[in-house]
Amino acid sequence: MGGKLFKNFSFFSATLSFFILIGIFSILFTYAQDSIREFGFDFLGSEIWEADEDDEEIGIFGGYIPVIGTMLSTLIAMVIATPLAMGIAIFLTEIAHKTLVKPVSIAIELLAAIPSIIYGMWGLFYFAPIVQSTFGGQGVGLLTAGIVLAIMIIPFMAAITRDAMNTVPDVLKESAYAMGATKFEVIKDVIMPYSKGGIIGSIILALGRALGETMAVAFLIGSVMAIPSSITDPTTSIPVLLANNFSEAQGLEMSSMYYLALILFVVSFAIISVAKFYFLGKKVK
Amino acid sequence: MNTKNLIMEVKDFDFTYAGVDDPSLKQINLPIEKNKITAMIGPSGCGKSTLLRAMNRIHDLYPGNKYGGEINLYRENGEKENILNLKKENDLIRLRQDVGMIFQKPTPFPMSIYDNVAYGMKLAGVKNKSELEGRVEKALKDAAIWKETKDRLNSSALGLSGGQQQRLCIARAVALKPDVMLFDEPTSALDPISTGAIEELLAELKKDVSVVIVTHNMQQASRLSDYTAFMYLGDLIEYDTTDTIFMNPNVKLTEDYITGRFG
Ligand SMILES: Nc1ncnc2c1ncn2[C@@H]1O[C@H](COP(=O)(O)OP(=O)(O)O)[C@@H](O)[C@H]1O
Ligand SMILES: [Mg+2]
Repeated sequence: MGGKLFKNFSFFSATLSFFILIGIFSILFTYAQDSIREFGFDFLGSEIWEADEDDEEIGIFGGYIPVIGTMLSTLIAMVIATPLAMGIAIFLTEIAHKTLVKPVSIAIELLAAIPSIIYGMWGLFYFAPIVQSTFGGQGVGLLTAGIVLAIMIIPFMAAITRDAMNTVPDVLKESAYAMGATKFEVIKDVIMPYSKGGIIGSIILALGRALGETMAVAFLIGSVMAIPSSITDPTTSIPVLLANNFSEAQGLEMSSMYYLALILFVVSFAIISVAKFYFLGKKVK
Repeated sequence: MNTKNLIMEVKDFDFTYAGVDDPSLKQINLPIEKNKITAMIGPSGCGKSTLLRAMNRIHDLYPGNKYGGEINLYRENGEKENILNLKKENDLIRLRQDVGMIFQKPTPFPMSIYDNVAYGMKLAGVKNKSELEGRVEKALKDAAIWKETKDRLNSSALGLSGGQQQRLCIARAVALKPDVMLFDEPTSALDPISTGAIEELLAELKKDVSVVIVTHNMQQASRLSDYTAFMYLGDLIEYDTTDTIFMNPNVKLTEDYITGRFG
């Protein structure tokens, strides 16, 4: 009885979320129509973003810069975060003394729970000057945004990876040690392959988060429509452009912003789907 | 007893787990004869696994345990080495290559059948491909699992049945040519047919290695072993030939356990 109710409810929720997804997609697609018809796929290669001087309703809009900005800041974040998160997870599961595991784990979970705007403010006032004095540039820019994004996603990645690594049975590790393996070899040959699904899942989920992150990046990337020529240069990203321009845009510019949103939606959706269906869905035997 | 035939010897051995006041093993004395099967029996919690896990120092993965006494390993040349004195990681690794261990649950690594068997040899530094292939094949034959695996060496070991996985683990250990193999209830997670296959295998294996087996199953101990040690509450109560232990034990407690009066 209760089981049936629950089953119906889950079915209802699952169907509902499916329809919400379809709904969001259709709305983005509909509002992006004007821009899609006007610019087609060339939208992705064009770096001009300008409303017409006489008529605010029209103009030339290209998504190259925010797309590149999104990709580069995410790439920087992933390159920094992945090895560090793996290191933290390995440290917590295999190396740290028992008395250390608890406090560090709690700290990591707390860090993962901090709202991103706080990372943005901290990044702007504290971290950007450090990046500027170390790497040059203007403080805000791709590198600063990438590093702070990395700091934001590390706790999340480390926590999921640690959970995956904790599922490796002790006896499996013991049998590798019993074959004469060192700790490093056990980590490399047993723990990593065994928790591969969870590790890749955590990377992909973190990637999705970094791609869509708005507030922290808005503070740090510089928010200028310019192609970055060096890693410290300011530029913009899709979510940041959307957040900054949404209140004033109209006509074709508005439609182009929906086009950008559609691109972000499709890419994030594809990434999460791959994570869910391929890596997380596949049973780790 | 003639020490020439010993491969290992546990002498006045004590063991205390980290954070525990009382020793889990007290003054254990147990000879392990070369090319024989020695069984350890006794009720659950009496310390069988604890003793077995001292014999390859696998306890050392967890800090803070205390050893006392000696566990000697006799080398080819007749020299004896007290394995409790080993300190360096490299020495422990060498010990574990000489003294293999098989666990209660099969523990195939998440890699192919071939890589599972080649793993220990690769760790030990064997690089030559044809040597590896030869030894993998031999080990799989020795563990009586070659026929079932020869056409699927590159597929995942996780796809084998439980009994096959356990024989794969034995092959993996055998491939290292150990002097001693320790089995901790190797068949208690298996069906009767797989159990039978493993028992036959053990009887074959003792030509090449000395076997110590912990078992819950009294019939298994009596069928399989040459010597039997009966343990109770952290003490070794009686050690003798399996025939004596099962037909004519010296200690009343042993007899009570054998005849099923407790346990
Ligand atoms: N990691 C551990 N820490 C503390 N005590 C333990 C630990 N493992 C086992 N013991 C204790 O040591 C005793 C012997 O256990 P064990 O060797 O596993 O028994 P058996 O294998 O004969 O069933 C038991 O009293 C058990 O509770
Ligand atoms: Mg046990």
